[in-house]
Amino acid sequence: MELLSGGEMIAKALEDEGVEYIFGYPGGAVLHIYDALFKTSKVPHVLVRHEQAATHAADGYARATGKPGVVLVTSGPGATNAITGIATAYMDSIPMVVLSGQVATHLIGEDAFQETDMVGISRPIVKHSFMIRRAEDIPATIRKAFHIATTGRPGPVVIDIPKDCTRPDAKFEYHYPETVKLRSYAPAQRGHTGQIRKAAKLLLSAKRPVIYAGGGVILGESSELLTRLARKLNYPVTNTLMGLGAYPATDRQFLGMLGMHGFYEANMAMHHSDVILAVGARFDDRVTNTVSRFCPGAKIIHIDIDPTSISKTVAADIPIVGPVQSVLEDLLDILESLQEKDPKQPDTAALGRWWQQIDEWRAKHGLWTGRRYGESDRIMPQQVIESLYRVTGGDAYVTSDVGQHQMFAAQYYKFDKPRRWINSGGLGTMGFGLPAAMGVKLAFPDMEVACVTGEGSIQMNIQELSTCKQYSTPIKIINLRNNYLGMVKQWQDMQYEGRYAMSTYEDSLPDFMKLVESYGHVGIQVTRLEELDQRMEEAFAMKDRLVFLDIFIDPMEHVYPMHVAPNGAMKDMWLSKNERT
Amino acid sequence: MRRIISILLENEPGALSRVIGLFSQRGYNIETLNVAPTEDVTLSRLTLTTTGDDKTMEQITKQLNKLVDVVKLVDLSEGAHIERDLMLIKVRASGAMRDEIKRTTDIFRGQIVDVGPNTYTIQLTGTGEKLDSFVAAMAEADILEVVRSGVAGISRGEKVLRL
Repeated sequence: MELLSGGEMIAKALEDEGVEYIFGYPGGAVLHIYDALFKTSKVPHVLVRHEQAATHAADGYARATGKPGVVLVTSGPGATNAITGIATAYMDSIPMVVLSGQVATHLIGEDAFQETDMVGISRPIVKHSFMIRRAEDIPATIRKAFHIATTGRPGPVVIDIPKDCTRPDAKFEYHYPETVKLRSYAPAQRGHTGQIRKAAKLLLSAKRPVIYAGGGVILGESSELLTRLARKLNYPVTNTLMGLGAYPATDRQFLGMLGMHGFYEANMAMHHSDVILAVGARFDDRVTNTVSRFCPGAKIIHIDIDPTSISKTVAADIPIVGPVQSVLEDLLDILESLQEKDPKQPDTAALGRWWQQIDEWRAKHGLWTGRRYGESDRIMPQQVIESLYRVTGGDAYVTSDVGQHQMFAAQYYKFDKPRRWINSGGLGTMGFGLPAAMGVKLAFPDMEVACVTGEGSIQMNIQELSTCKQYSTPIKIINLRNNYLGMVKQWQDMQYEGRYAMSTYEDSLPDFMKLVESYGHVGIQVTRLEELDQRMEEAFAMKDRLVFLDIFIDPMEHVYPMHVAPNGAMKDMWLSKNERT
Repeated sequence: MRRIISILLENEPGALSRVIGLFSQRGYNIETLNVAPTEDVTLSRLTLTTTGDDKTMEQITKQLNKLVDVVKLVDLSEGAHIERDLMLIKVRASGAMRDEIKRTTDIFRGQIVDVGPNTYTIQLTGTGEKLDSFVAAMAEADILEVVRSGVAGISRGEKVLRL
């Protein structure tokens, strides 16, 4: 058996775990680990410019690949800088393992240099955390961390490692465990058959059904199964912001995204439905609008791996706890046998009327049926996303930051495949898009990766342009430039009589062309609609260059539809500045 | 509604803070909390009392179960159970009050566990209600300190909470 130091065991364990990239930043408490990585590891390390970006890059990598992202940061500020990224991953159930350095064991609690209680600070935003106390526990702890991060409802796991546990002169027998046994952790493997049978019967009895699919379908690798189920029944499907791509957007049965900025037809169908099949979704407040007025006539079937997601906000009539994949498999089997016995179900006449109603909604206010946004002599933000969609053939990985641009991207880029839409849905973290795109591009160097952003968000992690240079990650940054914090401005327009409290930069924005050029990248400015497609094509034609497209858009545009709040139901929406349902 | 939740918890550093943190993080209420190691050194037994409607209680138990350090839990108030709270109460005891306090303590089947020239320290076990009644009965006395363990609970009969 090999004798390894704590630092070497970490390097070796990450290799044994099959880790492809470590995103990190060195510092005092992790120098033994970095030295071990330098000397022994085959796992490439990506040096970011700020630890928050390390977590977002690992997160982007994880969302695109389905594999856990790995982060290595030092103690104190290294650890606290990682917090926003860990919280982002936690809210969206992204598998991630964060190794943070800690001061030496004998210094813990003494307010030592760069000491912070990382396990304590991260506690509410991790799935679990470990503090290494003995170097010999390192391999088993790393195995446990990966196991917890990637199974059940995925999430980030922190391992805090005191410096003395990694010292090079203390060597231990290294053994990486194949399996993990945790007596207190056993995520459900199958859904309850009785419940699934009840769900199947209710589904078949539906006259106005909707399938409401969330990020859990993507995390649970069940997009194909969901698509099979929906097509078999000919039921309409809506995806959440996190679920975009779980059901193909260009499919006839797709209603678009639902929720606060969801499609008219999706929100209307939800509100008027009699049976909702919720799969890997969590009835988040950005979906439901006022909970007490949520879908009054609907019976709800809720499939989720995490029991706490069920009946947390909206009570489920038929809860099913289990992995989406196995539950959908079982559900399909049962549906088939029920239909063999009674081929008259579901009621095709009723379903026909339902589709007719949906098509009417779609024709009336559907975002993709005719032009639904305003006209001006400026470029409209929606046109930018439409252009991006055309130029990339709808097949790019699109990351976004947070704000209006995020919603425009979610509404207008038709995601046909899972894992292509990468955004911070739960936490809503500005500064996510650029580092996430970096992580995606490293995972898929031959794919197009676009980061849709705004001047507010991009400046929150713009230092990563330097990392992109170092590791040659030629992503395309699509900056929807309106010179405002657009979503803040929209709310101020709608609720604060246009008082733009701290939502403008006045004349303080940098010259992004010069800025990106100074980082060694290419900047392209677009001000006229006529040149939009051509510039977009030019950008994507530069395969090995990072291109920053600074696209000047109409600053007055709002995102619609928008739920009417407070006290609105799913069906209550603003459709434009002066039109509501 | 008041509930008594009994938890088998990994006897690991930080495990208790995860339980407590969950309550503050999600806005749940803890009324009493009692925790100590068990005969199995790898496990702690934790009893907490809380209040909430059915929906809140369902979330609390689910969220607790979701914590990796929580091995098992049971809502004792769902069935027949025994609950005990231990109180140590120090009162000023001089003059005529000395006898009076002794009599009240006997009535409540308490014990005087420490006697000073001017003080008694009384030990009393029972349900929370019983201890509250005792404190009320001591209204005339000068109460110097009250220390309570919080509820510790166990199911009646064959039902057990173990691995």
